[in-house]
Amino acid sequence: MNTSVPNMTKSEAETSTPILEMRNITKTFPGVKALSNVTFQVAKGEIHSLCGENGAGKSTLMKVLSGVYPFGDYSGDIVFNGAVQKFKGISDSEEVGIAIIYQELALVPEMTVYENIFLGNEIKTNGFMVDWNETIKRASAALKKVKLDVNPATKIKDLGVGKQQLVEIAKALNKNVKVLILDEPTAALNEDDSKNLLNLMRDLRKNGITCIIISHKLKEVVEIADSVTILRDGQTVCTLSAKKGEVSEHDLIKHMVGREIDNIYPKRDRKGADEVVLEVRNWNAYDPNLGRNVLKNMNFNIKKGEIVGFAGLMGAGRTELAKSLFGNPDGYKITGEMLVKKQKANFTHPQHAIAAGLAYVSEDRKGNGLILIQDIKQNITLANLWEIANQMGVVNGNAEVKIANEYRTSINIKTPSVEQRVSNLSGGNQQKVSIAKWLFTKPSVLILDEPTRGIDVGAKFEIYTLMNKLIAQGMSIIMISSELPEVLGMSDRVYVVSEGRITGELPIEKATQENIMKLATS
Amino acid sequence: MSFAQNLQKVLRENIREYGMFIALFVIITFFAFTTKGIFISSRNMANLFNQTGYIAVLAVGMTLVIVIRHIDLSVGFLAGFLGALAALAMKSGVPAIVVIPIVLALGVVGGVITAIPVAELGVPSFVTSLAGFMIYRGAILLVTMGTGTIIITDPFFNAIGNGYIPDLPIKIIPGVHQVTLLLGLAAIGLFIWSELNDRKQKQAYNFEVLTQDMFVLKLVFVSILIGAVTWVLAGYNGLSWTVVIVLIVVAIYHFITTQTVLGRHIYAVGGNPEAAQLSGINVKRIFYIVFGSMGMLSGLSGILFASRLKSATTTAGTSWELDAIAAAYVGGVSAAGGVGKVTGSIIGALVMMSLNSGMNLMSIDISAQYIVRGVVLAGAVIFDVMTRRSGK
Ligand SMILES: Nc1ncnc2c1ncn2[C@@H]1O[C@H](COP(=O)(O)OP(=O)(O)OP(=O)(O)O)[C@@H](O)[C@H]1O
Ligand SMILES: [Mg+2]
Repeated sequence: MNTSVPNMTKSEAETSTPILEMRNITKTFPGVKALSNVTFQVAKGEIHSLCGENGAGKSTLMKVLSGVYPFGDYSGDIVFNGAVQKFKGISDSEEVGIAIIYQELALVPEMTVYENIFLGNEIKTNGFMVDWNETIKRASAALKKVKLDVNPATKIKDLGVGKQQLVEIAKALNKNVKVLILDEPTAALNEDDSKNLLNLMRDLRKNGITCIIISHKLKEVVEIADSVTILRDGQTVCTLSAKKGEVSEHDLIKHMVGREIDNIYPKRDRKGADEVVLEVRNWNAYDPNLGRNVLKNMNFNIKKGEIVGFAGLMGAGRTELAKSLFGNPDGYKITGEMLVKKQKANFTHPQHAIAAGLAYVSEDRKGNGLILIQDIKQNITLANLWEIANQMGVVNGNAEVKIANEYRTSINIKTPSVEQRVSNLSGGNQQKVSIAKWLFTKPSVLILDEPTRGIDVGAKFEIYTLMNKLIAQGMSIIMISSELPEVLGMSDRVYVVSEGRITGELPIEKATQENIMKLATS
Repeated sequence: MSFAQNLQKVLRENIREYGMFIALFVIITFFAFTTKGIFISSRNMANLFNQTGYIAVLAVGMTLVIVIRHIDLSVGFLAGFLGALAALAMKSGVPAIVVIPIVLALGVVGGVITAIPVAELGVPSFVTSLAGFMIYRGAILLVTMGTGTIIITDPFFNAIGNGYIPDLPIKIIPGVHQVTLLLGLAAIGLFIWSELNDRKQKQAYNFEVLTQDMFVLKLVFVSILIGAVTWVLAGYNGLSWTVVIVLIVVAIYHFITTQTVLGRHIYAVGGNPEAAQLSGINVKRIFYIVFGSMGMLSGLSGILFASRLKSATTTAGTSWELDAIAAAYVGGVSAAGGVGKVTGSIIGALVMMSLNSGMNLMSIDISAQYIVRGVVLAGAVIFDVMTRRSGK
């Protein structure tokens, strides 16, 4: 055994006062060892990033830390502020100053900002009456701390995700946190909101608050982290110091996947396509719920065997566009013309769109994509059950398992069995199930809405490779993405959408970050 | 692993599935002792099954309604009303064979009407079915206004709730109903054959199966159970038509919910309506089918009850919907949607009716009976939620 100093990583050597130490943490689920002997050390006042592939155990480790999995559910020790902690629940960890913000925000949409900030922590007068004036006053102060400039009486549902995220942080800070855990906080944020959030974290660091951030956006990690711990298959790979740009994205990837990936956008020949499979003309959509036009006079086409990127800022109307094409489930009032393989299409329900060969992988896999309480195989076959049923509608259960297992191997879904409930999968593996479900409908036009949100680099590479394979087989792909590098790396052609309009079409040779951003904000 | 360890493991992993059976078993044993065996006498068991019939069919339909995250409060009085309509029709000379399908069809219409505001406008089913509850309650009073109770004389109709399946003309084993015994044996044979088949297929696909000893134990246990029930029933008049009808309904619904595309779609809508819609499932259509089937089963329930009493009364249907909902919850459906089995709800109905019957035999006051049933309902649901949280 080598016990000499050089074996220790720099961060451990430099920062002598760990505020938090997790020792030999092991956590098993039925059939899965999610964490095995994980060691994790965080120094006081640093920003510590936790990286790893989907299913590596990041979220599980943080759930152990915050008491979601109570003491006794795992083995190993949590040492916080020098004392071994035995949390029985989240309230115990909050008590000592650990707060966690999940990727799925836990705010009540119908309540106001100030009500949410003090939810469960109400300020009372006379012991039982809520003191609303004091609440609003303190809520305003809390909002100032996170630099969020909104009226505290605004309802949560009227705020964008970025601002909701900040409200969550304000809520956590209000409880006097020492360690703030953020699980993929920027996954659903646009660039501006992400920058904002990172700046806020720097401010928190100045005020002595320790942050742990889980992210698949490695660029962010490199930019903000003081140190990085990498998990792979439930084990700690290493902890690296990342203060002064000592770590590159490339290093992180290498440690995460255990091999080198040089170009995460796999090469393919971009040959010109000419057969138009989907054409949309003068497309307008009015959303009766919002009371305004969400899509305005859009014209575009998709050709056989190409990947068409739809770039733009979050909220530009791209998801609305996808849904309006895909049988209009939200009941927009649509005018305009859509041609699928030269046939006029008039879909009034997603089932018509599916029948015509369209498939839509939703950006919101939990809300719109998957049935979390059902298992993997049931989710994969749901949109095309008749394929494995006889004329009487009797489903062939064995064929179902076989098909699910084929997808499990071909796109590498990490799970002990296809009978695993989808809610038990890690985020990235849920996304793969979501894609498998739509591949099984054998579509000719596949609409991918933010296909790699929350997905690790290795899986991204796999999904990109898969996309290339699909278009080689003659499928066409509409890729809605807010990740510019992804749009540039994968598309044959790019449409830029801004405020419900198409503001430009760029062949890939002419598409650059600058060009796209200019069009996206015009 | 030893036999005991295996057993422990299987029980622990499937505690939710077997929990209800164990509860039912405990209840039956308890009453068998406290009533000195009267509870498990052939006669009482036959009565118990026949009494459970009209609630059991409602519970089957209610299971699906709750699975799709809705509720139907109108079913009790709809059943009572349809029973009264049937009685009236037969009184004026329409033969039962014509009346029955018409009543079932009217039930479907009633269910669909409840579903229209739900599916088209998003009105909560609690409200539309509460309106139905009031309307059908008034309607029963209306049609029985002149006469009060309507007597049914049609022998075919009355046999549904009171008759038993015929026996062989020659007696080989005296004192028992031979056809019932034969059917019981056939059921055991069918069960073993299908289990063996299933196991073989699973093994061919390399899926996990029960260990050999546990598999044999399961076969023996279920066979004894079916055998015991048939033996007890055969000791009285044999299988009643009510039991036959309930078994057929359960078999059909069990098949539809577990084996067919329609069943999958129902559970998908219950699990996540938005995702189901985007997966190309016509959610409205599912609403109509589920509520329509609920209405049809209400018609059947009304027929079973009227036939059993040989009459239609003004109070028929009172609080049946609550009994059906209770049975479904005891049987393990989840109000959060997407979870619940029709077979579970039948067991739930049996649990609730056993409590009734057993406490009646013990001459326990009705006030205490309600309290006990309330406690059992709460206990069953708490058990279910807790095991669901800790287990898979
Ligand atoms: N409740 C559960 N039941 C069973 N298995 C689970 C459960 N929660 C997590 N797992 C499994 O534990 C492993 C680690 O999951 P975890 O959610 O921690 O991954 P992660 O690193 O956060 O991944 P991602 O980046 O995709 O979010 C995965 O294999 C997952 O399937
Ligand atoms: Mg995670």
